[in-house]
Amino acid sequence: MNAAARVARPALIDSAWLLVGPAVLFLLMLFVYPFLYGFALSFQPLEGGRLANYQNFFADSRAWRTLVTTFGLALPVTVINVGLALPIAFRLRRRTRYQRWITALLVVPITLGTVLIADGMLTYFGPRGWLAQTLQLVHLYDGPIRLTHNYWGVLISLVISGFPFAFLLLLSYVTGIDPVLARAAATLGANRFNQFRHIYLPLLAPGLAITFCLAFVQAFSVFPSAVLVGAPSGSTRVISIAAYEAAFENYDYAMASTIAMIMGFAQLIVVAAVLALRRAFYRGPVSGGKG
Amino acid sequence: MPHDFKQLRLDRVSRRFLNPSGAITTAVDALSATIPRGEFVALLGPSGCGKSTVLNCIAGLLPLSDGSIFLDDQRIDVLPPERRGFGMVFQNYALFPHMSVRANVGFGLRMRGTPAAEAARRIAKAFALVQLEGHEDKLPGQLSGGQQQRVAIARAIVIEPPLLLMDEPLSNLDAKLRLEMRGEIRRIHRELGRSTIYVTHDQDEAISLADRIVVLQDGRVQQIASPQEVYAQPANVDVARFMGYRNVLDLKVEKTSGDYVVVSGDGVRLTGTIKQPLDGARAWAAIRPEEMTVGTGGVNVIDGKIENVEYGGRDSLIDVRTGSGLLLHARTPGKPTPGETVQLTVPPERVLVYPHGGAP
Repeated sequence: MNAAARVARPALIDSAWLLVGPAVLFLLMLFVYPFLYGFALSFQPLEGGRLANYQNFFADSRAWRTLVTTFGLALPVTVINVGLALPIAFRLRRRTRYQRWITALLVVPITLGTVLIADGMLTYFGPRGWLAQTLQLVHLYDGPIRLTHNYWGVLISLVISGFPFAFLLLLSYVTGIDPVLARAAATLGANRFNQFRHIYLPLLAPGLAITFCLAFVQAFSVFPSAVLVGAPSGSTRVISIAAYEAAFENYDYAMASTIAMIMGFAQLIVVAAVLALRRAFYRGPVSGGKG
Repeated sequence: MPHDFKQLRLDRVSRRFLNPSGAITTAVDALSATIPRGEFVALLGPSGCGKSTVLNCIAGLLPLSDGSIFLDDQRIDVLPPERRGFGMVFQNYALFPHMSVRANVGFGLRMRGTPAAEAARRIAKAFALVQLEGHEDKLPGQLSGGQQQRVAIARAIVIEPPLLLMDEPLSNLDAKLRLEMRGEIRRIHRELGRSTIYVTHDQDEAISLADRIVVLQDGRVQQIASPQEVYAQPANVDVARFMGYRNVLDLKVEKTSGDYVVVSGDGVRLTGTIKQPLDGARAWAAIRPEEMTVGTGGVNVIDGKIENVEYGGRDSLIDVRTGSGLLLHARTPGKPTPGETVQLTVPPERVLVYPHGGAP
């Protein structure tokens, strides 16, 4: 039998499905089904009409304030992480002998869990921690230092754990841009600032948008550090704590699902906004020719 | 930056790299050259000879390890690339993929703060020069390779640079387009009269485009001469080999008389012309295939058997094996067949004899 005849006979199942199938099944079972289940559950409150849970959430200031608190943490953290990662990744875009070491060093926090980071922070940033003792020893600052069990503790913890992600993502985007483009811009009269402003920044915009979204979603779902180094009943009572309380302290799964849905929707709005902004920028290849 | 200048002078320009292994590689070694205004100069050499490094040093994209570069009396090797204002065309074009073709061409003017009306006029002129009218609002990715190359040239010339640098601009194009663009580059140079330094590894390109050729090898200048001279009178055996002298024979010096020398070995005996003072008992004899023809007359006659024929249209390239096993390349307009015995002949003026110093 020749090759043409073999190709002409259609396969019963496209072999691609065999590869994609398990992943699709996995996704359906572990994400789509629980999501739809939770979505449906959120409209079946323990008492009241179908929308009672949503009405209660936005009527109860203790509940809706968690949304504000979470935004108040996640947005600054994302801006700090992306804002720090961008210049550092940009500086490290050229392959040097040091690049590998610096990258490795910056990425170390990724390997630590949130709990380990929290533990370290309590020893280091606590009222009698190393930082406070050192500052008092050299009389730089003698007042009380409160960087744990409050807003700042959670913020620092989220920066430590979130920065490596933002950095690694941006590094791969930055190194993907052909450096010849900046050199071409230089021969045309662009100084370093203009090379960044007109070449790197627009070509990085899609990468920045994705990094911002991922960093934001990661920070928005903060839970352990809000409890361990924050003030979980006060200034860092984030939305995931409210959901946890509803589910495992009040045993109101419907309300917990409602809070989870609101949380997801809030993230979706930010992601959609950022991606819409990204559409305004160029999205295409980041090299200067076919070569 | 002065747009009018008399000459660009490279004074013992050197560039060394530190290898990852720690060893120091000299890419360019004490290169000196003077390029007068308006001239089209080709930097020619095999890959890795340092020609692109020289170009990047002139553009300011690489710092010098030693030496200096002057534009008339002004030392420019200390200036950053954006203050030298030389237009550069890159091998892979380096067009900004996120900008329209018009914005690409106008980028240099924008960086200089050229008034909008003036910029629009100059951009339109550049588009006309490279014959790309009608493509202004496309993105570079929507153009063909040849069109992208034209955009790259337009972008470099619109700033009216004192010096235009081109780094193997045609090597990414197919053969037909390469010939076409070669003519275009020549035409643009004629119309603008701008000094151009053109890096290439293709001797045909260098010969057809340049007023003067700088032949580089291993970071050193081998010869600076007109295309005619580099083609017919290579300065040394390395340049000869690179310029298409495919027959390079290692022979014994028998006797010399004036400019002529008799060399022999491997069953052949040739009278040739001394190109460099001979320094020993052995010498290289370099002959172009197109100057070694099938025939019986003349001083230099070699007998052999055709081993291989490469049909080339107007003539054929033949590989001829002599009785002693030497393989020679020659051209013949006839209809050669493999296995045929032939007699090759070459005039003594076209047997270039070089001293044996160094490796083949």
